[in-house]
Amino acid sequence: MPNVAGMNAFQLLELASWVISALLGLWLLVDLFRTNAAYSEDVLMSSREGEIEDELVIDPSHRR
Amino acid sequence: MTTQTTAIHGEKVSLLRVLGPGHVWALGVGIVLVGEYMGWNFAVGKGGAIAALIACWFAGLLYTCVAMIDSEVTSTVAAAGGQYAQAKHIVGPLMAFNVGLFLVMAYTMLEAGNAITAGYLVQTVGGMAGFEGIWDKPFIVLTILFLAWLNYRGVYATLTFNLVITAIACLAIVVLFLAVRPWSHDVLDHQAMIDGKTLPYGWLGVLASMHFGLWYYLGIEGTTQAAEEVRSPARALPLGTMTGMITLLIAATMTWYICVGLMPWEYLGQAITPLFDAARLTNSTPLMALLFIGTIFSTLASANGCINDASRAWFSMGRDRYLPAWFGAVHPKYRTPFRSIVFLVPVALIFALQVPLDQVITFSILSGLLGYTFMSFNMIMFRNKWPLGSIKRGYVHPMHPLPAIVLLLLCAVTYFAVFLGYGTQLAAMMAFYIVASAWFAFHRYKFVRRGDQFTMNWPRPNGY
Repeated sequence: MPNVAGMNAFQLLELASWVISALLGLWLLVDLFRTNAAYSEDVLMSSREGEIEDELVIDPSHRR
Repeated sequence: MTTQTTAIHGEKVSLLRVLGPGHVWALGVGIVLVGEYMGWNFAVGKGGAIAALIACWFAGLLYTCVAMIDSEVTSTVAAAGGQYAQAKHIVGPLMAFNVGLFLVMAYTMLEAGNAITAGYLVQTVGGMAGFEGIWDKPFIVLTILFLAWLNYRGVYATLTFNLVITAIACLAIVVLFLAVRPWSHDVLDHQAMIDGKTLPYGWLGVLASMHFGLWYYLGIEGTTQAAEEVRSPARALPLGTMTGMITLLIAATMTWYICVGLMPWEYLGQAITPLFDAARLTNSTPLMALLFIGTIFSTLASANGCINDASRAWFSMGRDRYLPAWFGAVHPKYRTPFRSIVFLVPVALIFALQVPLDQVITFSILSGLLGYTFMSFNMIMFRNKWPLGSIKRGYVHPMHPLPAIVLLLLCAVTYFAVFLGYGTQLAAMMAFYIVASAWFAFHRYKFVRRGDQFTMNWPRPNGY
């Protein structure tokens, strides 16, 4: 466990960078796994090249 | 979260068409502008100040050809993957696989190079502030992860962020240009700085400087990766790309003029942050602050655009099963190629943390150069197979086939320039692509759905 009290401002910045990076990485992985689990592969891979999209799309935040 | 286990009839997830020409401009210029802030000046070290200017304009000619050719083809092949999708439709699968790899390697390595630079800049600021033993690694990792997170959560916010920071970085160059009063010799003294050595290494130096001359514009072709996310591809892509190229030609010439008038060419040729150094020489604290912000912003904008482009190319190849199909997924909420974005994070981290900056940049330049070489052949084949009038084009570039021929010749010159300084890397890169091509031809191609990959509603090509 690093001694935070004895750190200078830049060492604190370094520590903050590590912590924020870890949180962002964790968020990416958790959302990746949750999305993979919540939707079927048919849905996730339904994108087709060159389609101009006028079709119904799913968006969980707008469905509730 | 709503749980969905099966696709309901008619429901699809695809990339979101929300971008306009401004976002396309921000994507292209954002990737490139860091080259004006650092890197271009190594061309001065290779051949002197005048050689760097010649390289600036010849590379400008090369990229103008790239922008014109790209604009015409992409205004018809409006698909994510950009040049990969073009190659697939116009040349064939093996070429498409290689072009896709060129794109992913060029952008991922450029992203790594930008992250290294961002870490270096923070380290420098710490050093200037009197702190010792500052480690750049946490800032490198944070840069990559923050921008990947931003890209993951949606293309609109990502490229609007790029638009703002790229515009500020551009404006910083213009402010510095006006501040050094280019109409007088009060601040600038080009003759004294060049010190009578117009071409210190002769014409061979001019040739060698073409290697870093590309740095003024490297990545502008990335605008095409947004093809599936712009509201009007036929209008927005040519407009964003061409205005981006005009911006860069002006910014590159201004940058050269400022730096060569303020610093001796011997110093300029090895400076790490030439525009920031130029601001320091004006003794103006506001200018120093502005150019430091410009340097940081240009670095972030470039890395951000690179993540966007590399992930679209990787995603497109996955969608066509050129790579495992798993990568061809779109996030149902954020509408981004989320698996490709996450997969490329550790790849970028490995390059950023383990490979020296000059090697990363050279591999990026070489991959880009291979892509430009493809474009010249691609354009000739495109016009031969589908002449004007046979399909609708959003933009028709003038003087065909001259731009394609000029592009090919300039690529040949630049290969030689790279060979002079980095012959081993050139050979290693070629070997890598040959091995990858063999893997695709003998193993991967059997998984490709051959009929499904041609998506454009075009007539049968001439001669088929």
